[in-house]
Amino acid sequence: MSTPPTRPSGSPDPSDPLGGFNPLEPPPGLDPTPSAAIAPPVDPRLLVRQEGLRGYVDEFKRKVRGGELGSLPVVIGLIIIWLIFSLQNSQYFSAANAEFIVYYMVGLGMLAVGLVFVLLLGEIDLSVGSVSGLAAAIYAVLSVEHNWNAWLAVIVTLLSGMAIGAAQGWIFAKIGVPAFVVTLAGFLAWQGVMLWLLGSTGTINLEPKALNALFSGNSYFLGGDIAGAYILAGIAVVGFAASGFLEQRRRKAAGVPARPTAELIARTVVLAVGAFLVAWILNRASGVPNNVVIFLALLVICDFVLRRTTYGRKVFAVGGNIEASRRAGISVPMVRISVYAISGTFAALGGLAIAATTNAAGQAGADPNNLMMAIAAAVIGGTSLFGGRGRVWSALLGILVIESINAGLFMLGLTLDIQYMITGGVLLAAVVVDSLSRRTQKSSGRA
Amino acid sequence: MTDPVSRSYASALADGEPVLALRGISKRFGAVQALTDVELEVHQGEVVALVGDNGAGKSTLVKSIAGVHTIDDGQIEWEGRPVSVHRPQDAQHLGIATVYQDLALADNLDVVANLFLGRELTTHGTLDEVAMEKRAQELLDTLSIRIPSVRIPVASLSGGQRQVVAIARSLIGDPKVVILDEPTAALGVEQTAQVLDLVERLRGRDLGVILISHNMVDVAAVADTVAVLRLGRNNGTFPMAGTTQETIIAAITGATDNAVTRRAARATWPRPEGEA
Repeated sequence: MSTPPTRPSGSPDPSDPLGGFNPLEPPPGLDPTPSAAIAPPVDPRLLVRQEGLRGYVDEFKRKVRGGELGSLPVVIGLIIIWLIFSLQNSQYFSAANAEFIVYYMVGLGMLAVGLVFVLLLGEIDLSVGSVSGLAAAIYAVLSVEHNWNAWLAVIVTLLSGMAIGAAQGWIFAKIGVPAFVVTLAGFLAWQGVMLWLLGSTGTINLEPKALNALFSGNSYFLGGDIAGAYILAGIAVVGFAASGFLEQRRRKAAGVPARPTAELIARTVVLAVGAFLVAWILNRASGVPNNVVIFLALLVICDFVLRRTTYGRKVFAVGGNIEASRRAGISVPMVRISVYAISGTFAALGGLAIAATTNAAGQAGADPNNLMMAIAAAVIGGTSLFGGRGRVWSALLGILVIESINAGLFMLGLTLDIQYMITGGVLLAAVVVDSLSRRTQKSSGRA
Repeated sequence: MTDPVSRSYASALADGEPVLALRGISKRFGAVQALTDVELEVHQGEVVALVGDNGAGKSTLVKSIAGVHTIDDGQIEWEGRPVSVHRPQDAQHLGIATVYQDLALADNLDVVANLFLGRELTTHGTLDEVAMEKRAQELLDTLSIRIPSVRIPVASLSGGQRQVVAIARSLIGDPKVVILDEPTAALGVEQTAQVLDLVERLRGRDLGVILISHNMVDVAAVADTVAVLRLGRNNGTFPMAGTTQETIIAAITGATDNAVTRRAARATWPRPEGEA
């Protein structure tokens, strides 16, 4: 019998809650908490936090060492990007440009949200760009050429996206064709269908109706009233604080470790400052575009589904260990099919949003660049390509990075060749960070 | 310790009726006869060690009970009445929980999520994390399992901790029989002791335990009964008390064949094959 590799018992950092503390094999004399043998086990992360500010700093250091970088690299990257472009062009750091960025991020952001679900399974969906183009074409043909009711056309379009995704998921889950190949076929095929639908002209102009009106550039929350942005920020802050304190109360009532009040207040304050700052900036332009409101609402819903429902738990489980999920009675094929259906639906939604920005469904709708940008956004935001790790908020963070770069390059008047090179470089950097952090997590026993 | 082994063996015999009984189980994979007329009985509060050489059919037998394989011939009896087990869910509904050799845990999920995977507690359609965390903590406490936190990903646990979490996971559905497939195979000395302690606690909770092991020391430490398989057939069932390890090892290696095996040997001798 061989002894498996275990973590070294004597950790150099006494605050490291796991390195030195393995209750199954307490190192004689080294155990930093001798009372832990009798006391009921308490979440060490929460313990560390309760030690005050120093505890947070130690916790942060431990996480960085362990490769749990979270959103940190993205936020730093975002600030660097903003600084670089601001130095190049003084107009970059303006309210108008901020509005430009958040407005144009929505279409690709929707694609990225769907991709987050797929990436959580550890799979990929290469068809989202083509499906989004096809969705715009379907909507255009139904609403403009066949004069359908615009909302009905929207619903049929979204259902088409869902059906396409589900079909691809079915081929992957039930027949066993690798998802990469299925969706690569979809990438080509749905682009073909889109071109066929658009016909000889290649472009169908849209009217600002239904969802298209909400997604279009001159539609603002509460008509762009200054109160609108602040109301949204207020809702976000109050909702965040309420859910945090409610959870704290429930956990305390049940006698399980809860977040300290000081931390909840600190988090709420940080969110409030951020939210109201963004609201103030957008108000200096024209207010909050409606497509951003829809995007944020969908992000909240998806985050809730992934973290708070049985379905979300299944998605994470399948992404972590397929065999364990199967033995736990989870229908792996159903999870896969449904996730691809979600991806297809978000691709269709993104297609409608992209078409609305140009008020036309055209051949450029299935631009393969869109696919790459959306994948890049999801990965840059911190969703792992290896499955089982990630959050929908990474779609928002990632697409902010991508769109900030795009806006800057656009402002500097750089040509397409340079744009492609830079975007490719950013995607590569994101994947490298993902792989490195995964390796660090593995070597510190956290992956 | 007041010799719990012989005491619980005696009480198990006194109970009479086995929880789970296998009668003449046979299983064939193509040309390979993996199991032939295998008999096995498990009583409440009894630890039955299932031992045998590689390819003896231990894993096949366990998978047949757990519903991963369907048996070709024979009868599975649950609390005295014959039942059919075709899918893993059938076994779970009966109250048979299986902890497989390759741990069925999702590394990215925390201990609570793994314990309740597929059986999550919900309120108003959403996950009831608080209730799950509380129950998980209670379960781990009653089993005297110490984990630094129930909210850390399973990936950061040691091998022994992962094994006890996997075993604890099998208890969430309130089973009557727990099957442990090589629970100590990849563990160090200290972790093995932890797992064996846990096996005794399972017995203390009046569960029937089927323990597959290669390690005779482990078997001698916790088992009440030892069932030996050799080349897909029974090769003797021994009460642990009063049986020497030499006797068991002789049965495993075939140095002493019992009457059943000898009779079967005269008919056809199955070809030794890899563990199916």
